[in-house]
Amino acid sequence: MAQASVKREVVAPWNDPQAVPLIRFEGISKRFGDFTAVEHVDLAIHKGEFFSLLGASGCGKTTLLRILAGFETPTTGRILIDGQDVTGVPPYERPVNMMFQSYALFPHMSVADNIAFGLKQDGLPKTVIRDKVAAALDLVQMGRFSGRKPHQLSGGQRQRVALARCLAKEPKVVLLDEPLAALDKKLREATQLELVNIQDRVGITFVMVTHDQGEAMTMSSRIGVMNAGRIEQVGGPVDIYEYPGTRFVADFIGAANMFQGTAREGEGALAVACPELEHDLSVTDAGTVAGGTPVTVMVRPEKVMIGRDKPQAGLNWAEGVVSDIAYLGDVSIYHVRLASGRKVQALRTNLHHGDDSRLTWEDPVFLAWHPADSLVLTR
Amino acid sequence: MKGKSLLEGGAGRFLVGLAPYAWLLVFFLVPFLIVLKISLSEPQMGIPPYMPLVDWAEGAFKGTLAGYRTLLGDNLYLLAYLGSLRLAGMATLGCLLLGYPAAYAIARAPRSRRQALLMLVALPFWTSFLIRVYAWIGILKNEGLLNMALMGMGVISEPLQILETDTAVTIGMVYSYLPFMILPLYATLEKMDLSLLEAAADLGCRPFRAFLAVTLPLSMPGVVAGCMLVFIPAVGEFVIPDLLGGPDTLVIGKVLWAEFFDNRDWPTASAVAVAMLVLLVVPIMVFQHFEAKRAERGE
Repeated sequence: MAQASVKREVVAPWNDPQAVPLIRFEGISKRFGDFTAVEHVDLAIHKGEFFSLLGASGCGKTTLLRILAGFETPTTGRILIDGQDVTGVPPYERPVNMMFQSYALFPHMSVADNIAFGLKQDGLPKTVIRDKVAAALDLVQMGRFSGRKPHQLSGGQRQRVALARCLAKEPKVVLLDEPLAALDKKLREATQLELVNIQDRVGITFVMVTHDQGEAMTMSSRIGVMNAGRIEQVGGPVDIYEYPGTRFVADFIGAANMFQGTAREGEGALAVACPELEHDLSVTDAGTVAGGTPVTVMVRPEKVMIGRDKPQAGLNWAEGVVSDIAYLGDVSIYHVRLASGRKVQALRTNLHHGDDSRLTWEDPVFLAWHPADSLVLTR
Repeated sequence: MKGKSLLEGGAGRFLVGLAPYAWLLVFFLVPFLIVLKISLSEPQMGIPPYMPLVDWAEGAFKGTLAGYRTLLGDNLYLLAYLGSLRLAGMATLGCLLLGYPAAYAIARAPRSRRQALLMLVALPFWTSFLIRVYAWIGILKNEGLLNMALMGMGVISEPLQILETDTAVTIGMVYSYLPFMILPLYATLEKMDLSLLEAAADLGCRPFRAFLAVTLPLSMPGVVAGCMLVFIPAVGEFVIPDLLGGPDTLVIGKVLWAEFFDNRDWPTASAVAVAMLVLLVVPIMVFQHFEAKRAERGE
């Protein structure tokens, strides 16, 4: 883990205490009447980042984005962009441009006029506007469609125009509100990587709101996981998946087996007694947890090995019977029922065609995972 | 059996679809053809006050364009048409200037309050149109509410002559037709996607410019519909110019009345009516053109 962070420091300004962030949320809260949409958020986003706010609907991620765009005024706290306090600055004076979930293209204007709209507000000369519009259209490969009206475009084409429109002004920050939600699955996946490539080329900081964790993981340099108006954890895709800081994040990102237990006293790897399991769990790198503390041990299904043979010593293990199998083609997810009635998920890649040794329902099996592949959560 | 029931369903649909056309045929097209026929007849003293178009005994067509020639010969009719167009135009402009902000305010009011506000717009319909126009006499006459209030405040020392002027007619028309402007405007403004205004602001556009660049062009269908709904009936308006206008107020509705009931010259009166209809076809076609364009855009 220490090694990994050393490697990342080279390209990760957020690990450099000297680095000055481009965007800074300081103690931002937003209340609508009795409802608190955003609760005391402190967040720093650096230049050139692709930052995602990830959470379920109603978690406050869109409100936070709208505060950054200037459409909502925070109840408390302040926002700085490039060192300037923009808390009270109206949206039309902020150096940010937003791509709306509905795209919000002006229906009465052509594609070119939509993109030129923001440039005209700056009073740029006509020739400059024309060149910038052409450049923005080229960037999203929509040059041929400049004369079309939005209703003559497909959903994917509209999405490109919306992106071109917010890039044309070369803002300091581009805000994306569920940018791919309206696209079908195949197009969405292709667009994810294209969007990242475009961001890489223009070098503008992107802040994206999404409820789709796959999208956030694929596209982001860092992800802020939100829950009930708060930011639960900020980290790279690997951090939040492999090292979730809280039970909520562990549960929200991917699938997780969570065992409630009590930490035992001792040296070295932490031993945790779980009423649902027959043996103590062993967790390395658990940090300092005092004996007697109630803890949760988390292990991802793909880290759990499943087989008919008793696992070797030194591993955490349990035995049970296969109660459910979800065959997904590339992988199968086995739901194994332990003696205590507890079900545990294990994921196995389907390496071979017509594997005769494939486990089936009610097979007695052993589950095992390495002490280093599980995590202790106290929050 | 199944085929038969389908046929019945088709016939039923056909009859339901036919009903409004039958209505229009009997109560619009036939009367119009009668008016057209009268406009081509020769006047006579008697009942009815016009000659038959075809003399069946002689088998001769006795039509004449005399009525239409009268229209062209005396510039009274042209002036009345222009007067009507001018007053209807002013009323439409007045309705637009008052109605747009009102419709905008209602459309942007909290959802819970919109129905009540729309109700207020429609509330005047609960009282007779005639009584409401009469009430304006009490407001606008020389010793009326308006003049008394203005003199009481010391704004004027002499009462203003408003009643029996075109101003009074315009005020009356604006008042009477305002709901017909507000309602279609409200309908377009209400369904406008507000994220478009956020997008405009986000792209550096100040609120007033965003109104001009986004809200106004997108509300044009409502503006056109409202203007047509006010302008078309206002051109043919008779009651308001008759009650609030003066002897100089020359509008087509009053001329029509005078020809029918004072001069009893039905052919000329019918010619006036036909000419007015032809005149109104132009704005109606403009309206249709806009509607067709809107449908084409799939809005």
